[in-house]
Amino acid sequence: MTPLTGCLLVSALLFSIGLGGALTRRSAILVLVGIELMLNAANLNFIAFWRYGPHPEALTGILFVVFSIAIAAAEAAVGLGLIQAVYRHSKTTDVNRLNTMKG
Amino acid sequence: MTLRKLIHCALALSICFVGLAGLYLDLGAQFVGLAQILVYVGAVVILIVFAILLTRNDELPAPTKRTRLAGLGVSTVVFAVLAWAVTAGGALEGMAGTQPQASIKQIGGALMQRFVLPLEVVGLLLTAALIGAVVIAMEEKQRTR
Repeated sequence: MTPLTGCLLVSALLFSIGLGGALTRRSAILVLVGIELMLNAANLNFIAFWRYGPHPEALTGILFVVFSIAIAAAEAAVGLGLIQAVYRHSKTTDVNRLNTMKG
Repeated sequence: MTLRKLIHCALALSICFVGLAGLYLDLGAQFVGLAQILVYVGAVVILIVFAILLTRNDELPAPTKRTRLAGLGVSTVVFAVLAWAVTAGGALEGMAGTQPQASIKQIGGALMQRFVLPLEVVGLLLTAALIGAVVIAMEEKQRTR
């Protein structure tokens, strides 16, 4: 097994864990955590392909990951702000009970 | 992700991010590893912990057996398909390049020359997200006044 395969397997495992968490957990915060885990799996793929790919001198993988981290941070801030607003409105973060979008 | 208390999940998440940063450093991407520690462990996990403490709902019921089984099944199938695609595809065979160099100076140069427009766009996006998050989190309070 080459190191690239190992990295890709770790990334696939991370993605599956994030997906399972986002699908099963009932707290909106943990759904967001699952999404963060999936984004990190994508970042790990970028880094692994940059490291073992044919043109590592182009630095494209690293810069893509830098931008991706920035966007993930913005997404986390906005998502948690939304969760705060929803919690203040309906006193719960249970995604099974947040089934209305009106009032 | 299966821990019962939310705060334990957040702490396990920080450990996971530190492990990922170590993996990045091992792969030769120093800048990304340090950025991962700063942004994820330093900011995102703190944000999540604050959100958990502010919402205070550790009496949420655990997922039922049916949803847990369904989620486990879906994620197992996804992992199986991904692992099969990674190990069975022959496209990855020749990829074992030399250790590439990515000094912070090179990254800065690339950011300032080739990627200057995406850099500006990311700056704008971060500003907009900051203002948006503040506005969303303050909206209810203004309405009740």
